[in-house]
Amino acid sequence: MYKVWMKFSFIWQEKQNVPNSMKQFYHFIVKEFYHIFRDRKTLFILLGMPMVQIIIFGFALTNEVKNTKITIINQSEGASAARLVQKIESSRYFELYSQSTDAAQIDRLFKKGAVKIALVIPNDFDPSIVNQNKGQLQIIADATDPNVATALTNYLSVIVQDFQKELNSNNTIPYKMDVEARMMYNPQLKGAYNFVPGVMAMVLLLVCTMMTALTVVREKELGNMEILLASPINPIKIILAKAVPYLLLSIINITTILLLSYFVLDVPINGNLFLLYAESILFIMVSLGLGLLISAGTDSQQSAMFISLVAMFLPTVMFSGFIFPIENMPLPLRIISNFIPAKWFFIIVKSVMIKGVGLKLIWKETLILTCMMLFFFGMAIKKFKIRLA
Amino acid sequence: MHNKAIIVDKLSKQFGDFKAVDEISFEVAKGEIFGFLGANGAGKTTAMKMLCGLSMPTSGNAMVAGFDVYKDNESIKKNIGYMSQKFSLYEDLTVRENIKFYAGIYGIASAVIVEKTKQLLLQLNLEKEADLLVGQLPLGWKQKLAFSVAIFHEPQIVFLDEPTGGVDPITRREFWNLIYDAAAAGITIFVTTHYMDEAEYCNRVSIMVDGKVEALDTPANLKQQFNVQSMDEVFLHLARKAKRTE
Repeated sequence: MYKVWMKFSFIWQEKQNVPNSMKQFYHFIVKEFYHIFRDRKTLFILLGMPMVQIIIFGFALTNEVKNTKITIINQSEGASAARLVQKIESSRYFELYSQSTDAAQIDRLFKKGAVKIALVIPNDFDPSIVNQNKGQLQIIADATDPNVATALTNYLSVIVQDFQKELNSNNTIPYKMDVEARMMYNPQLKGAYNFVPGVMAMVLLLVCTMMTALTVVREKELGNMEILLASPINPIKIILAKAVPYLLLSIINITTILLLSYFVLDVPINGNLFLLYAESILFIMVSLGLGLLISAGTDSQQSAMFISLVAMFLPTVMFSGFIFPIENMPLPLRIISNFIPAKWFFIIVKSVMIKGVGLKLIWKETLILTCMMLFFFGMAIKKFKIRLA
Repeated sequence: MHNKAIIVDKLSKQFGDFKAVDEISFEVAKGEIFGFLGANGAGKTTAMKMLCGLSMPTSGNAMVAGFDVYKDNESIKKNIGYMSQKFSLYEDLTVRENIKFYAGIYGIASAVIVEKTKQLLLQLNLEKEADLLVGQLPLGWKQKLAFSVAIFHEPQIVFLDEPTGGVDPITRREFWNLIYDAAAAGITIFVTTHYMDEAEYCNRVSIMVDGKVEALDTPANLKQQFNVQSMDEVFLHLARKAKRTE
């Protein structure tokens, strides 16, 4: 990559008719790339971070139900009950931990932490299905973690409903009401559909905002900024040149994330890929603008880092809707969330990538991000200029 | 007018109630080595920044390299070189890359850069180190290189803000040889320093106290005027009167 770059710079130099100001800009960008390439550790982190995050979120931090241990209290000795048990056992969501007839077992296993959910099949289950076309089951869940309990209960109910349908297919009943819940866009309720857009927002924000802020502030700390300002190069060009390498790095990062999520996590890209990239670049620009704004207001790398992390990163995680649903927040927090760029980007990526919608349905979010970008860049340039006077 | 590199007339800079620079006036001839002395907080750096186009004066006039500091900011920047007290090359770039970068932002053509870089490396005896990172060079070499980079684009005037801070006496001597060479080539040198032996090397020196220029003459004349043996004593004599401290 390095060699290709050198070759490119060589070709560029052959063109002597490039205007001077463009050449200055080019020299500046080359210098920024040197900084990035020489700092191998940071480069490694920048390019490796999205991979690590996708893998962590994809395989470790998941609230999907998979092979959850279940205990079944089967007091019925009938064939239907046995078939139900078999069905649950063979599903990939549950794994049979134990089976007994003693209901007191449930409490003991819950307290031990061995299982989180139990199914009670009463002794009249089989006769009642045959004679009254009606069967009763009881699901008992350990609700110390309410989200998990709800999810498990839902999964188990679906299996029971399935089972019911199988039974019905054999005989015809005059009245039948089928309720079929369809999980649109994500039929398997995969967590990846939610966190891939979230990881994209986080990685882009971290790389662009923090790294640009740091690189500008580093020039100030080293005292090189004065030298640059005393040179004929336009200050605006200085800060724009700082942003260009991170724009390119971020495009590489988006590509990594999309490739990993498509091929490894099976997340579809239902919408237009170009639109997805265009929107991502828009968000990158917002983050770069934010980074430049932070750098214009700070003089030490430490404070630049602190502001980027505390003022940018935490609200992004909390208010983008990626981890905590915004709809459930109280009004003041919902209002605050509107000022978080990642919230809008999160909506856009989910819409384009998962729902496959076009620009027509996300123009409002796009417009908001565009305004934010213009605002941040405008403020950064203004602040930069004030400091010169 | 034509043989003056810098003309300063009642130049002032005020920050709120504080007059950092208080109506200073002086002239610097072309090719002169002009020492700009003063204790910390006397206003040297502020004055220098105004002359370099980094900061707008509050009042007064100044012409640098024939350009007005208020109007021709950009032309001034093209015609001066600047080296600050903090070290100014990039440690993670090689010697050659640093030269190329600084020459590049001054808009020098690539072919010229390549040719002049060769000469410069030869002159500084740095040919073997050309592709080493600057961070690996000893401080004295870095300073000399930084100075050479500051005058690479052949400016009319070069501003040096305490260029020899933290450097050993032998290297300082070598550094001054470079300054003499540059002056002989017609570049006007405007230098601030805390080392009084360096003040002796200047053609003329000015001494700032509390935002005002209190003395301005050749080192020999100043010593005579205050009836002392060294520039050190001249400086102490004037600087003791200062009411401001940093």
